Amino acid sequence: MNTVNYHWQRFTLAERLSRYGVYLVLVMALVMSIQTVEVIPEFFFDAPEQMADLFTRMWPIDFAYYPITVHGAMIETLNIATLGTLLTLIFALPLALMNANNVVASAWSQWIARFFLVSSRSVNSLVWALIFVAIFGPGILAGVLAIAFRSVGFVGKLLGEAIENINMGPVEAIRATGAPWLSVLLKGYWPQVMPAFFSIILFRWDINVRESAVLGLVGAGGIGVVINDAMNLFEWQRVSMALLAIFVVVILAEIVVVNIRKRLI
Amino acid sequence: MTSAQAHLETSPLLEIKGLDKEYTPGKPILKSIDITIVESGIVAIIGPSGTGKSTLLRCINRLIEPTAGQIIFDNSDLCKAKGQQLRKLRRQVGMVFQEYNLVERLTVIENVLTGRLGYMSSLDAWRRRFSQQDINTAFELLDAVGLAEHAKERADSLSGGQRQRVGIARAVMQNPQILLADEPTSSLDPKTAVEIMELLERFSKQKNIPALVNIHDVTLASRFAKRIIGMSDGKVVYDGSPDAITDDHLKKIYGGESWLV
Amino acid sequence: MASVESSSAKFRQNPFQRNWLVTGAWLVLAGYLVFSFNAMGLSWERFVHGLGIADELMARMFPPNFSRWELLLSGLAESMEIAIIASVVGIFLSLFFGLFAARNLMPNWVTVPTRGFIALCRTFHPVIIAILFVKSVGFGALAGILTLIVASIGFIAKLFAEAIEEISLKQVEAIRATGAGFMSLILFSVMPQVFSRFIGFATYQLDSNLRNSTMVGIVGAGGLGGTLFSAFQRFDYDFVAAILISIIALIMLGEVLSNVVRKIFN
Repeated sequence: MNTVNYHWQRFTLAERLSRYGVYLVLVMALVMSIQTVEVIPEFFFDAPEQMADLFTRMWPIDFAYYPITVHGAMIETLNIATLGTLLTLIFALPLALMNANNVVASAWSQWIARFFLVSSRSVNSLVWALIFVAIFGPGILAGVLAIAFRSVGFVGKLLGEAIENINMGPVEAIRATGAPWLSVLLKGYWPQVMPAFFSIILFRWDINVRESAVLGLVGAGGIGVVINDAMNLFEWQRVSMALLAIFVVVILAEIVVVNIRKRLI
Repeated sequence: MTSAQAHLETSPLLEIKGLDKEYTPGKPILKSIDITIVESGIVAIIGPSGTGKSTLLRCINRLIEPTAGQIIFDNSDLCKAKGQQLRKLRRQVGMVFQEYNLVERLTVIENVLTGRLGYMSSLDAWRRRFSQQDINTAFELLDAVGLAEHAKERADSLSGGQRQRVGIARAVMQNPQILLADEPTSSLDPKTAVEIMELLERFSKQKNIPALVNIHDVTLASRFAKRIIGMSDGKVVYDGSPDAITDDHLKKIYGGESWLV
Repeated sequence: MASVESSSAKFRQNPFQRNWLVTGAWLVLAGYLVFSFNAMGLSWERFVHGLGIADELMARMFPPNFSRWELLLSGLAESMEIAIIASVVGIFLSLFFGLFAARNLMPNWVTVPTRGFIALCRTFHPVIIAILFVKSVGFGALAGILTLIVASIGFIAKLFAEAIEEISLKQVEAIRATGAGFMSLILFSVMPQVFSRFIGFATYQLDSNLRNSTMVGIVGAGGLGGTLFSAFQRFDYDFVAAILISIIALIMLGEVLSNVVRKIFN
C-alpha cells in the first residue's frame, strides 16, 4: 500500500511570521500600556456606582428648559453644521481635483493637495474650534470655520477617490471635440461623479451635525455652550435635556439623509 | 438465507414517509411524499421548476424544516433530531449544490477539507488542525476529480465545471452514507454536465451509496440513473426505471407537448 | 405630411431644458448662504480684523516651542496608551457585538437589543461621552479609555454587522450541510468573507482612536488634549504649535502602521 503523506499549510512561513509579528507587537503594546497608564484602581471599581449616581442626578429631564435655551441652540448647531459643510466645498473641490491622478497629472500637485488634506483631517474639529475661537472670538463663526476646515480633508479625500474611479471614456470623447477644460470637467467628469458627490456631502453633513453639537464646549456656538453652562452650574437635568435634544436631532438628520439618498442616488 | 433474501431484510438506506412542506400555510409545496431508497446508485428526480425538487432535497438534510412527515435515516428520524444529533446525521449526508456554494476566498484544498467540519471540534477547526489522514484523503479526492494541480489556488479562480468537481470532492470527503445533488449540472455546458454525472456515478458505485440527483434534463437522467422519480405539483407521479418512461408519463410530469421531440 | 412636420417641430425643442426643481433648490441654497452670513454678523470688517489676529497668532505660533518636551512626551505617551488599550478592547468586543447584530445569522431577540446598544454607542460625540465618564469615574486616562471603547464599538460593530448581512448565504448553506457546529460555521463560511473588511474597520478605528485620544483630554479624560487646552488658556501659542505638530506626526505614523497591518492580513 502506498501511503503518501501530503503536506498542507494555510500560510507560508513569511506570512505566518508577519502575522505573528503583528500579534506580538500588539500584545507588547497592550501590556506596556496597561503597566504605564495611570489608572487609580479604586476609581475603576467605583465606576459603576459613580455612573449610576450621575444618572440619578440627570433624571428627570428638565423639559421646561427646552424653549428657553435649548431650541435656539439646536437651530444654531444645525446652521453651523450646514454652513460648515457648504463652506467645505470651496476648499475641498479644488483640492480633490488636484489630488485625483486623472485630472491634474503632476505628482507635485498631488503632494500639495495631500498635505493640506491630511493636515485638515489630523487636527480634530474641537482643536480647530479652539484655534478659531482664539482668532475670531467665541461665537458661531468660529464653529462654522472649525467644521469647514475639518471636513475639507474628509470630503477632499473621498471626492478625489471618486473622481479617480470614473470611466475615462466619456472624458476622452469630450476632450477630443476640442472643448475647453472647464467644459470637459462639467460634462465629462461631473455627471459621473455626481452620485458619489452627493453621497459624500450627505455623509459628512450627518457627521458634522454630531460634531457641531460639541463645539460649543470651547465657545464656538451651538448647543455645546448650553451644555457647558449647565454643567458648570451642576444643573444635570438641563444637561440631559440638551443631550436628549441632540439625540433627537441626530436621529432626524439620519432619517433625512437616508430619504434623500433613496430619492436622489 | 440467500443473499437476495438477506438484501431484502436489510433496512432501507433512506425512508421518507408522508413528507409535507408549506412555505405559506394553505399552499403546500410538498404533498405527502413517500420515497424509499434501498440500493446504491443514482436516483434521478425530474420535474418542472417550482415543483419542490430542491425543497425535497433540502428537507432530507434539514436545511429546510419540513412541516410534517418522517425521514428515517441511519435508524433515526431526521425530522425529530436536534442539536448534536442532527449534526451527526447531517455529516453523513453529502450535498452538491447547483451553484457550487464553495467558500470563494479559501483555497480549493481548504474547501475540500471543510467536508470534515462535522467530525471536528470547533477549536480544532479554528486552529485548522486537520488530521494527516484527512489531508491525505483530501488530496487523493482532488486527484480523483482531476484537480490535483489546482489544490492551492483560490476557489473563485476556477471555472464552473471545476468548481462543481470541488463541490463533489467536498461532499465525498464527508464519507457520507448518501449523496444529494441539487441540479448539479444546470449551470454547466452539456459536455461538462456529462463529466459531472460520470463523477457522481463513479463515487456512488465506489462507496456503494445512493445518490439522489435533481435534474431537469430527462435524457441525461435516463442515461445515468437506475431509477427515476418524477414529480409534479409537489407529488410523486412516477417512480421506476428510466426505460419504462413513456411520453405520457413525461406529459403528466411536465405538462404540454411542444417540448417533446 | 402634417405628422412629419409636427414631429420635427418637437425635435426642435431644447433637449437640455432647465429642470426647475433643481434650479429652485440652488436658489434656495444661495439665499440660505447669504442670509446666514448676515445673521452670523460676519461683516467684511470683522473678517479683516480676524485675519489680522490670525496673522498675529501665526507669528506667535512659530517657531514652535519644544522646550517642554518632557511634558509633551508624557502627554503623547498617555494618549497612545489610551488609544491602544481602548482599541484592543473595543475591537475584541466589536467582533462579538457585530456578530450578534447580524440579522441574517441571529434571531430577533438577540439582534434587536444588540443593534440598540450599538446605536446608543454611536449617537453621542466622543467628547460628550468623555464628559460623562469624567464626571463619573474621575479625571484621567480611565475616562478616556472607556470613552474610546464605546466609540470603537459604535463604529466597528455597526459596519461589521452590515458587512455580515451582505455575505453570500450560499456558502453558509454549504458548510451547514456538512454538519459543522455553529462556531465552525462562522469560522469557515462567514469569516472568510468578511475578515479582511473587519481588519479595515479595525485599523480605521485604531487611527480614529489615536486622533480622538489626543482630544478627549480637553475635557479631562487624559492624554495630550489636556496639555493642549492648558497651553491655549495660557496663550502659550508656540507650545500649542509644538503639540499640534506632534499630534499630526503621531497620526501620520498611525496611518502608515495601519496600511502595513492591512497588507499583512489581507
